[in-house]
Amino acid sequence: MPIIEVENLSKVFGKGAQNALKLLDQGMSKEDILKETGCTVGVNRASFSVEPGEIFVIMGLSGSGKSTLVRLLNRLIEPTEGQILVDNDDLAAMDKQALRNVRRQKMSMVFQKFALFPHRTILDNAEFGLEIQGVPKEERQEKAAEALRLVGLGDYMQQKPSQLSGGMQQRVGLARALANDPEVLLMDEAFSALDPLIRKEMQDELMDLQASMKKTIIFITHDLDEALRLGDRIALMKDGSIVQIGTPEEILVSPANDYVERFVEDVDRSKVLTASHIMMRPETVNIDKHGPRVALERMREEGLSGIYVVDNNRVLKGYVTAEHASEAIKKDNRNLRDIVTNNIPRVDRDTSLNDIFDIIHDSPMPVAVVDEGKLLGIIVRGAVIAALSGNGEVNVDNA
Amino acid sequence: MLDKILDFIPTIPVDKWVSDATDWLTDTFSFLFDPVKTSLGTFMEFISEDVLLPIPAVIIILLTAVLAFFLSGKRLGLAAFTLIGLWFVYNQGLWPELISTFTLVLLASVFSIIIGVPVGILMSKSKWAQAIITPILDFMQTMPAFVYLIPAVAFFGIGMVPGVFASLIFATPPTVRFTNLGIRQVSEELVEASEAFGSTGSQRLFKVELPMARATIMAGINQTVMLSLSMVVIASMIGAPGLGREVLSALQRAEVGTGFVAGVAIVILAIIIDRFTQSVNSKKD
Repeated sequence: MPIIEVENLSKVFGKGAQNALKLLDQGMSKEDILKETGCTVGVNRASFSVEPGEIFVIMGLSGSGKSTLVRLLNRLIEPTEGQILVDNDDLAAMDKQALRNVRRQKMSMVFQKFALFPHRTILDNAEFGLEIQGVPKEERQEKAAEALRLVGLGDYMQQKPSQLSGGMQQRVGLARALANDPEVLLMDEAFSALDPLIRKEMQDELMDLQASMKKTIIFITHDLDEALRLGDRIALMKDGSIVQIGTPEEILVSPANDYVERFVEDVDRSKVLTASHIMMRPETVNIDKHGPRVALERMREEGLSGIYVVDNNRVLKGYVTAEHASEAIKKDNRNLRDIVTNNIPRVDRDTSLNDIFDIIHDSPMPVAVVDEGKLLGIIVRGAVIAALSGNGEVNVDNA
Repeated sequence: MLDKILDFIPTIPVDKWVSDATDWLTDTFSFLFDPVKTSLGTFMEFISEDVLLPIPAVIIILLTAVLAFFLSGKRLGLAAFTLIGLWFVYNQGLWPELISTFTLVLLASVFSIIIGVPVGILMSKSKWAQAIITPILDFMQTMPAFVYLIPAVAFFGIGMVPGVFASLIFATPPTVRFTNLGIRQVSEELVEASEAFGSTGSQRLFKVELPMARATIMAGINQTVMLSLSMVVIASMIGAPGLGREVLSALQRAEVGTGFVAGVAIVILAIIIDRFTQSVNSKKD
C-alpha cells in the first residue's frame, strides 16, 4: 500500500485561482492562463503514489514546478485543489494542529541551501525537530547525536554551521531530518548546491543510509544523472505537469514524449544502456538438426554472411560463415560441428554500451549476448552506434 | 481673485479639535495619567536620588570602566575613555545632572523597547499592521519634538515623567522599524525549515525569527537610546532635570562656557552608551 498518494494536486498562484483552475480543466495552457487571468500555474493536477521504502525522484528544469510540488506535500504551500493522502489521511484537509503533528512525526525536509540555523550549534540544529516536539533535553540530544554520528559528523557537534563546509552542512541538514525518525524524507534539491565530487559522495552515502534505514524518500532534482542514480522511480515534470513516471530505464529508453526525449538526450547513454537494450533476435541454425545446406539457405534468405549455431537448449555453439558452409557442401560434409568457429565475441546482458563498443570495434561478426551459455540475442555494430547517438531503437522489454 | 476659490472653504479648526481632544483626553484619563505621573515620578526619583546618587561616584566610574574593558573585548580604548570622560563630568560638578539624565534615558529606552519590539513583531506578521503603523511612525519621527511637549505637560505636568513621555514618542520608531525589518529579513528557507519541522507560531518567533533578527533589532535599540538621549535638552524645557537643563539655562543666560561643558558631558554620555549598546550586540556574533 502506498505511503503517499497524491491525487489531482494543483497549485495556482494569484487571485482568482479557482477561475484559473476551470480554464486548466478546459485544457488551456499555462501561458494562456497567465495572460487571461494573471494567475501562475505552479502545479497542474499532479497524481502519483509513493511506496514505502522507495526513492521517488521528481525531476524537472527550473520553473517546472517541482519545488512547488514538494512544498505542497507538507503544505508549506497551500494546495489550490487536490488530495495528499499520507497513510490514508488527507493532508490537504487537515487543521493546523494535525498538520503540525504530521510534520513533526511523519515528514522531515532537507533543503537546497541547507537552511541551518546559524545561531545554533550543529547539535542544537540536529535536535531542532525534537525540541519543537517538546522532547526532554537529554533524550533529544542523544537522538540528535546519534543522527549526527550516522552522517559522520560525530566530532563536530559543538561547532557552528558557518564553520563547516557545504557538504558537511548538508549532512547536518540530513541529520536534522533523520533525528525525528520520520517515515518520509522530502529532499528539495538537497545536493544541488554542492560541487560535483561532493555531490556524488553524498549520493552514495544517501544510498548507503537508505539501504539500512528504508525510509521513503521524495527527492527533487534538476539533474538527470542524479535522478538516474538515486531514483527507484522518476517523475518528470514540465510546466507544472507530470509528463512521465517510470523507472530510470523506462524514462531513458522509452521517453513518453519529445520533451522527455530532449531531457534525456544529454545523458551519457553509453553508461546507462546495456547489451539487453540494443540486442536483436538472432538468426540461428540448430547444430543437432541442421547441416551446412540449411545454414547456407538461411543465410541466403536473410542476406547474411554468417549465422549463429545453437543446440537444442539454445546454448551457443559458435558461428558459421557462408564461405565455410559452401566449402563443406562441396566436400559433402554433413556435420556443422566441423565448420563451427567457436572464437566469437560474447557479452552478457548487463554489459554496458561502452564496453560493447570496444569489443565490437575489433570484431568482424556481430557480438553474441549470452546468459549462462544460452544465446539471448546479437548486437550488430550499427545498433551500438545508433544507440550511442540517441536515435537507436532500443527495447525495454528485453531488460 | 483666484484665491477666492481657495477661500471658499473657511479655515478648518484643526487646532481647536486637537486642543479639545487633548483636553478631553486629559480630563477623561486623568485617573490613568495621575497615578502614572506620581508613581513613575517617584520611581525615577528613587532610582536617581536614592540608588545611583548615594553610590560614591568613584565606584560607578571604576565599575563602568571595568565593564567597558570587558565589553570591548579586553581592549583599553573604551575603558580609558570611560574613565577620563566620567571623571571629567564629575570634575565639572555635573555628576548629579549626569545621573538624572542617565535615569531619564534609561527609563525612556526601556519603555521604548518594551513597546517597540512587540509592535515591530506585530508589524512583521501582518501586512495590515504594517500599512497602518508605518505612517504613524513617520508622523512620530517627523513631527517637531517640541510639539510633543505640550500634550506631555497636559497629561503629566512638568518634570521627568513628561520628559520620558516625549522621548518615548520620539525614540520608539527605530526599534519598531528595525524589529519589523529584522524579522522580515529572516531568510525564507529558515522560516520554511522551522515550519517544516512543525513549529507553532510562537516557536518559530522565539526559536528562529527573533534570534536571527537580533543584530538588526539591537541596531534599532541603539538608535532608540541615542534618540532618547538627544531628547534630554528638549525635555528640560518642561522641567526634566539633568544635563539638558544646564544647557538650556546656559542658553537663556548666554553663558558659552557652561553650555559648552554641559554639552560635552552629554557627548561623553552619548559615546559611552553608544559603544556599550553596540558591543553588547557584536559580542555574541
